[in-house]
Amino acid sequence: MLCDVCAANPATVHLTEIVDEQMTELHLCEECAKNKSSEMEQQFGLADLLAGLSDLGKGAIETKESLKIKCSNCGLTYADFKKVGRLGCSECYNSFRKYLLPLLKRIHGSNKHYGKMPLVLAKPLKTKSDIEELKVKLQKAVSIEDFEEAARVRDIIKKLENSEPKDKDTP
Amino acid sequence: MKLDDLLSHSSEWLKGSGPNSDIVISSRIRLARNIMARFFPHWADKTQGDETAGIIYQAIQKVEYLKRNTYFKLSEMDNVDKQFLVERHLMSREQASKPNSKAVVIDDDEIISIMINEEDHLRLQVMKSGFDLLDAWEIMNRIDDALSKELSFAFSSEYGYLTACPTNTGTGMRGSVMLHLPALVMLRTIDKVLSAIAKLSFTTRGLYGEGTQAIGNFFQISNQISLGHNEDEIISNINGLIRQVIEHEETARGVLLKQQKTLLEDRVWRSLGILKNSFIISSQETTELLSMLRLGIDLNIIKDTDRRTVNELFILIQPAHLQKLESKKLNSQERDIKRASLIRSKLIK
Repeated sequence: MLCDVCAANPATVHLTEIVDEQMTELHLCEECAKNKSSEMEQQFGLADLLAGLSDLGKGAIETKESLKIKCSNCGLTYADFKKVGRLGCSECYNSFRKYLLPLLKRIHGSNKHYGKMPLVLAKPLKTKSDIEELKVKLQKAVSIEDFEEAARVRDIIKKLENSEPKDKDTP
Repeated sequence: MKLDDLLSHSSEWLKGSGPNSDIVISSRIRLARNIMARFFPHWADKTQGDETAGIIYQAIQKVEYLKRNTYFKLSEMDNVDKQFLVERHLMSREQASKPNSKAVVIDDDEIISIMINEEDHLRLQVMKSGFDLLDAWEIMNRIDDALSKELSFAFSSEYGYLTACPTNTGTGMRGSVMLHLPALVMLRTIDKVLSAIAKLSFTTRGLYGEGTQAIGNFFQISNQISLGHNEDEIISNINGLIRQVIEHEETARGVLLKQQKTLLEDRVWRSLGILKNSFIISSQETTELLSMLRLGIDLNIIKDTDRRTVNELFILIQPAHLQKLESKKLNSQERDIKRASLIRSKLIK
């Protein structure tokens, strides 16, 4: 059997590729297989893993349309991301939010950040996450009918909400 | 500082000191950071990439902790020089492979290195000798805070620091610890340990990171998850795991000493014998033999060679280091000869 690509050398490497649910077999000589493998390194590995992961996710169902979604800042499409496994810019997180949230959950078991934040943002954001935390506390207090605690927490939330700056500067 | 100056002094992480340094070679913290809305390196064209590199270097210059540094532009370096930085763990192999708009900034003590335009705009690395992730994190945290005043980092209150690959989103942090585990390998219990580690969402890699094989019984263990836990939790999770691995290795070393002492001594002394008497030797063979020699020093079988000498040899015998020492290109056979003579000069007193 001769190599499918160069048709000159005997094929010694046999590959099965699945593209768009179509299985194709490739028979290559050593030289062409080498070229092919560097090409495939891009496709498989991490990118493939990511693609597989997002498909497995229970979140948004991807359609042909979803692949066409484009980041408004950098122009990368969701299909590009699925191919290379890398986003184009920080705005992509907003543009592909619907699909990234379930993906992050699959990778990390969580899609909520609990770590540090940049110093310049630390203050207003801290207030924001404090408020969220306090709201959970408030609900808890109400559910166990501890109205005294609930009133106390409510007052703190009011205070914090008034002190929070109006402009939200993070993506 | 010039690149060649690095040759004459050895990296901090090779000192062979610090907590548990009989088993733990080094502790490393890496942070991924990006600038808000700027295209990530793989998606940016050359003009954008160069501009990003410029902005970042300007910011670095303003940071007190990074005052004494050297800036290396990858497009201006030859392959041996690039490989040299990879061998010293100051730069990733990925950074070396495509030089476009890429740079690396190294502080003069070789504790901090910053890769510019790798997968992310910034990859900050702090590396310390021994088992001390917390110390590395404290240094890193200060640098990160200082840089965050100069650069608008891409950050969302919801999912943290935004990175090119979603596997780094959140803290953008990887903590890795490099361990020397010869006894677990000799007793063939290493596979059990490694598969347990994999189940706990940690990764194990070889001496040179991603995609490299574990040679010389070196294993790098790092966290896989960067989102949903804060930095302290991530570090304490790794520390907990590493402590267990250290314990296993200590037990295995005890078993070897008790039950197979002669066999162990034979392997250690033979390794030293070959190292002292070779005239042609490959890097793979050297690494395996140096691993045995290190074990011999750790277990007090060998007393007249110190850990630091052996640690340094692990790096000096690498291809680019040999060529820098010789100040010329060497082919593989020439390197094997040079390597053997270097080892003899270091080990025979």
